[in-house]
Amino acid sequence: MPTDFSFPDSAAKAANLPKEFETEKMSLSMGPSHPSTHGVLRIQFELDGEVVTKADPVIGYLHRGDEKIAENMTYNQFVPYTDRLDYLAPLANNAAYAIAVERLAKLEVPPRCQAIRVITSELARVSSHLMGLGAYGIDVGAWTVFMYCFTEREKLYTLFEKLTGARFTTSYSRIGGVARDLPPGWLDEVGAFCTQFLPILDEILALLTRNKIFLDRSVGVGVISRADAIAYGLSGPNLRGSGVALDLRKDRPYSGYEQYDFDVAVGSTGDCYDRYLVRGEEMKQSIRIIRQAVAKMPGGDWFARDARKIFAPPKDKVLTSMEELINNFMIVTEGPQMPAGEVYFEAENPKGTLGFFIVSTGGGVPYRLKIRSPSFCNLSILPKLCVGNLVSDVVSILGSLDFVMGECDR
Amino acid sequence: MTDAAPAVAQNFPSASPRPSLDCPAWNVPPADALALLKSLRDDSGYDMLVDVTAIDWSAEKSPRFTVVWHLYSTTAHRYVRIAAECASAADPVMPSATGLWPAANWHERETFDMFGIKFAGHPDLRRILMWDAYPYFPLRKEFPLAGIPTDLPDPDIAAGMKAKVIPAPMAGGPFVATPGGAMSDAEPRAKDESWNEGREKK
Repeated sequence: MPTDFSFPDSAAKAANLPKEFETEKMSLSMGPSHPSTHGVLRIQFELDGEVVTKADPVIGYLHRGDEKIAENMTYNQFVPYTDRLDYLAPLANNAAYAIAVERLAKLEVPPRCQAIRVITSELARVSSHLMGLGAYGIDVGAWTVFMYCFTEREKLYTLFEKLTGARFTTSYSRIGGVARDLPPGWLDEVGAFCTQFLPILDEILALLTRNKIFLDRSVGVGVISRADAIAYGLSGPNLRGSGVALDLRKDRPYSGYEQYDFDVAVGSTGDCYDRYLVRGEEMKQSIRIIRQAVAKMPGGDWFARDARKIFAPPKDKVLTSMEELINNFMIVTEGPQMPAGEVYFEAENPKGTLGFFIVSTGGGVPYRLKIRSPSFCNLSILPKLCVGNLVSDVVSILGSLDFVMGECDR
Repeated sequence: MTDAAPAVAQNFPSASPRPSLDCPAWNVPPADALALLKSLRDDSGYDMLVDVTAIDWSAEKSPRFTVVWHLYSTTAHRYVRIAAECASAADPVMPSATGLWPAANWHERETFDMFGIKFAGHPDLRRILMWDAYPYFPLRKEFPLAGIPTDLPDPDIAAGMKAKVIPAPMAGGPFVATPGGAMSDAEPRAKDESWNEGREKK
């Protein structure tokens, strides 16, 4: 009897292996420096032939103790560390962290700052999904997609560099605002990028969406049921690919997301192909949001002017007024002053929901800062998801989960 | 699917409201924690476990460790925070929520790894971010930011290389602040310069 791999449930597949041969289980270590593990993930497999019977992800190779570090520095000093969480979307991390601390201070930033954060977060989402898509393409043997994606991503990084001075480690947010206002003409460049990007995105997606080889590698592979997705705490495209229409931008709007018109992309079966489709559609929706935000970019302040002990005063004030100089000095050395209390904030980041749980005892340093990273939760389903699949399908599954180890290991 | 507060107050008299700046929060004795989580999941619609973590209130405080769960309702789109204090500081134990949500598995392993809190009933309570033989719990407050010299994970390699995991030079460096301490201590001149490789480590 030939092995039937059409069973939807991976455990059933494993149970239904042909029994003609006495087989010996083999153990295989994949990673930590394996091209398809996207960083330093190691998975310890137990294999029966080429079929996975047990998978044990070993993480922590990139553990830097970010939470410990956060307890030892002021709120603004930690912003650069958020760049290194999901290093493919630092702008989104910066904004999520700043909003979490602002929730602690019960501080509302002006509309212009909110719109800037929305634009930067959505651009980060596009760049992250382009990377995820390109890398997934390589994982399943489609090199061309990667080249197209990286050309577009490079244009985005040029925009990021113009805005923040850095391509990757942007550190753009401050508690109570952003590091600097938009440079002149930047919004026009963002608009121009959107215009030229959409046809190219269609081209990129057309390379895969009806591609027979890609379909064979992704349709019906790595199916995550709706119930499993919720039980394992998945988030982002991995959750929505399984048909759960959860998006914090819609459900719990922050940073003014309620003003923008966009749709939440949802999959139907929860396989690798659905996760790919969801990411493709999310990029289009992100462009929709960016265009709206660019069109009605509010004027006015780009930082919270009333946040005296939180956001450092403008440089010209610091250099001309004694009070402002003292205030600036206090914010830089003592940190933005926060009330005591506990706050949990989650933002819809490209990889899923990035959460910050901040326990403050007052002052400029958090007592405890827990980072709930989406990649960590998304990977926790691997021991269940990999079982019953071929090793080559695991590569496809890993690519479709689109995780980042910098964020998983923190 | 509305506010869970009346149900919690009625069914869990041992639970008391916990001060919170955002979502509803309750303190609960460890013995009732699982029952409360289950009731929130089944009766109040908080069907997603988004986070499990702990807070170390430092060795002088009693109770020392607080375990915190965050639940999210995928229908009502709300959060709730549940906190329980470990009875013993020397051997902190908390019941495991892995029977309710598989998501708890890795979160509890991480909390065990970082704080040394044992989750009773966890099927596979191993370290997750640090290696298995690592002897310390890094997020405990007495653990220094620099780290503590430790043997390498692999004994064979350690024997061959005669190397150790060394503390990061950053700790004790300029402008590294500590919560509650005087910020002037964080200034470079107040430091013992133990971050300087040339000086002897304290």
